[in-house]
Amino acid sequence: MARHVSNSRKAVVTALAWGIGLLIFFPILWTILTSFKTEGEAINSHPSFLFFDWTLENYHTVNERSDYLGHFWNSVVIAVGSTLVGLLIAIPAAWSMAFVPGKRTKDLLMWMLSTKMMPAVGVLVPIYLLARDTGLLDTKLGLVIVLTLVNLPIIVWMLYTYFKEIPGEILEAARMDGASLGSEILYVLTPMAVPGIASTLLLNVILAWNESFWTLNLTAANSAPLTAFIASYSSPEGLFYAKLSAASTMAIAPILILGWFSQKQLVRGLTFGAVK
Amino acid sequence: MTVTVRALMSASLLLAVTGAASAQTTITVATVNNGDMIRMQRLTPDFNAKHPDIKVNWVTLEENVLRQRVTTDIASKGGQYDVLTIGNYEVPIWAKQSWLVPLDNLGADYDQADLLPQVAQGLTLNGKLFAVPFYAESSMLMYRTDLLEKAGLKMPENPDWDFIAQAAEKMTDKGAGVYGICLRGKAGWGENMAFLTSMNNSMGGAWFDMQWKPQFDKPEWKKTLDTYLKLMSSYGPPGSSSNGFNENLALFQTGKCGMWIDATVAASFISDPKESKVADKVGFAPAPTRAGGSNHGNWLWSWNLAIPASTTKAEAAKTFVAWATSPAYTKLVAEKEGIANVPPGTRSSLYKNEAYLKAAPFAPMTLKAIEAANTQKPSEQQVPYTGGQFVAIPEFQAIGTAVGQQFSAALAGKASAEQALSASQALTSREMTRAGYPK
Repeated sequence: MARHVSNSRKAVVTALAWGIGLLIFFPILWTILTSFKTEGEAINSHPSFLFFDWTLENYHTVNERSDYLGHFWNSVVIAVGSTLVGLLIAIPAAWSMAFVPGKRTKDLLMWMLSTKMMPAVGVLVPIYLLARDTGLLDTKLGLVIVLTLVNLPIIVWMLYTYFKEIPGEILEAARMDGASLGSEILYVLTPMAVPGIASTLLLNVILAWNESFWTLNLTAANSAPLTAFIASYSSPEGLFYAKLSAASTMAIAPILILGWFSQKQLVRGLTFGAVK
Repeated sequence: MTVTVRALMSASLLLAVTGAASAQTTITVATVNNGDMIRMQRLTPDFNAKHPDIKVNWVTLEENVLRQRVTTDIASKGGQYDVLTIGNYEVPIWAKQSWLVPLDNLGADYDQADLLPQVAQGLTLNGKLFAVPFYAESSMLMYRTDLLEKAGLKMPENPDWDFIAQAAEKMTDKGAGVYGICLRGKAGWGENMAFLTSMNNSMGGAWFDMQWKPQFDKPEWKKTLDTYLKLMSSYGPPGSSSNGFNENLALFQTGKCGMWIDATVAASFISDPKESKVADKVGFAPAPTRAGGSNHGNWLWSWNLAIPASTTKAEAAKTFVAWATSPAYTKLVAEKEGIANVPPGTRSSLYKNEAYLKAAPFAPMTLKAIEAANTQKPSEQQVPYTGGQFVAIPEFQAIGTAVGQQFSAALAGKASAEQALSASQALTSREMTRAGYPK
């Protein structure tokens, strides 16, 4: 039965939710606003919120100086590529951990997560040398491999928790009907876990899109994604906040739009399995 | 024409095109996002016209990202870059590691003797040049002529710190939002420590004695920090512990600072009427000394082009480096971008060019500041290091930043000057012992 909630309580909760939402969104909003200011206005000690001379000058400069589309394409290939390869490995892995756990499955999961606990810079030199010797420095393939490995523990963990919620009996029934292991995963498990897989996919695309340590350190001119594009607009001597904001806005816009259109899927996936 | 003949012709055309393309060498140039470098990037078509066989790829990165990125690559011989933009802090250290290609024979029309000796010296090891300067700067005092006049003072030829304190007090009008002095406060070896190290040089102090013992327990550092904190707390803008070059630049340009002591390159920004509200009211003087002293701090920074030993395209890289730092490049910038935008501080011929002196009224003071800087003997005391606003040892980045955090905390009022100095002494001693000094 639905609990009775008074209108005033509803209003308070709504206002609170909006307040927190705006607070979290504010830095992004400020970046977007700053991108339309002049450099002088951007660093003004009494900043104005909306009433300044709006200008597109920063976007012109950024477009003139950098190859946005090139960086954008690199970001797409690296983010989507690493997530898809990751899913390909993680779905069977999560299946076996969820449905045929062994004695050490829990330890294995913890160990996988523990690889995320080391600061990335700790393995920079070994990975750099490996990439150098295999000719993968400054290639998209190299970054896809590294980001797949970096995000794999998270993908496996997320899928594992989603798969745990699916009753094993359904898979057993499929086996009774003569489904092979491959078709059991592909035709029975995967369709049921679509919301979970979709949210894992989206979240990992976002994580890979925003990843800035490896994407900056393993690239030079050819495969640099949008993170390198942003990093090229900070300046030690000279004003740069407005141009940097324009570059940032251009870099986050695609992922922001993707998130906006898929928010239903994201929320559904993130709360999937919350009801027991 | 038959289809076969056509196909053959287009195939041979394709071969010819790809053949030409493969004869082209592609070099990758890593650089920072400063105005002069962006101009160089914009002028690449001129280089392409002169050297159609060399294609240039640009990688522009934030200074600290660039430093980390380039260091990883050069230390592991990754060979990702063919030309590097590095500071005069790195050049001697990297040259010693044999990470850089010596740059002696850059062509007959390069005129190496024209490079300012103070700048070239910092890039030379064992008589060989390991990088060529793209632009260089020292530090100087920039002030508002109108405010100084209002205060009833006249700028001496060589101001000392006592005069600065006196002028800062008289120029400050907090009600009108005018602060007598703006100085760097943001922590970092290249931020507040660049200023404070050179201020300490001018006070007669040093970072280390001949046994590499840190000197923060000596009266010179105490005097430096006390003077700095007094100036900033009484006459500085609020929140100055987070101000770096850019923040102070914005404050000065909007008329909020009476005086500012910082890199000479700022002079062109504050004198540019398009950017600065006070462009017609700025004056320049040498960086202050202590009363009766003659050491102006020995601040000298240059951004240089160097070629890593790991490159396989050293010849093409050399051609590019020579193009970007030659007298001909100066002419090119003057023609295409205006003479005031020529990269400053590297060639003495620029300071004899009448047109430049007319377009850049601050040029004589910039030259004077650079010529006064002695990176080989930064302190009045005998010291085992070279440098100026930094100490040219690999450990300085980490130590300088840690000490900078102590001093920035003192400026923010979170610690006293004594606490900041004793903490700095302790942490520097610890790090130097760990690094194996004295060596």
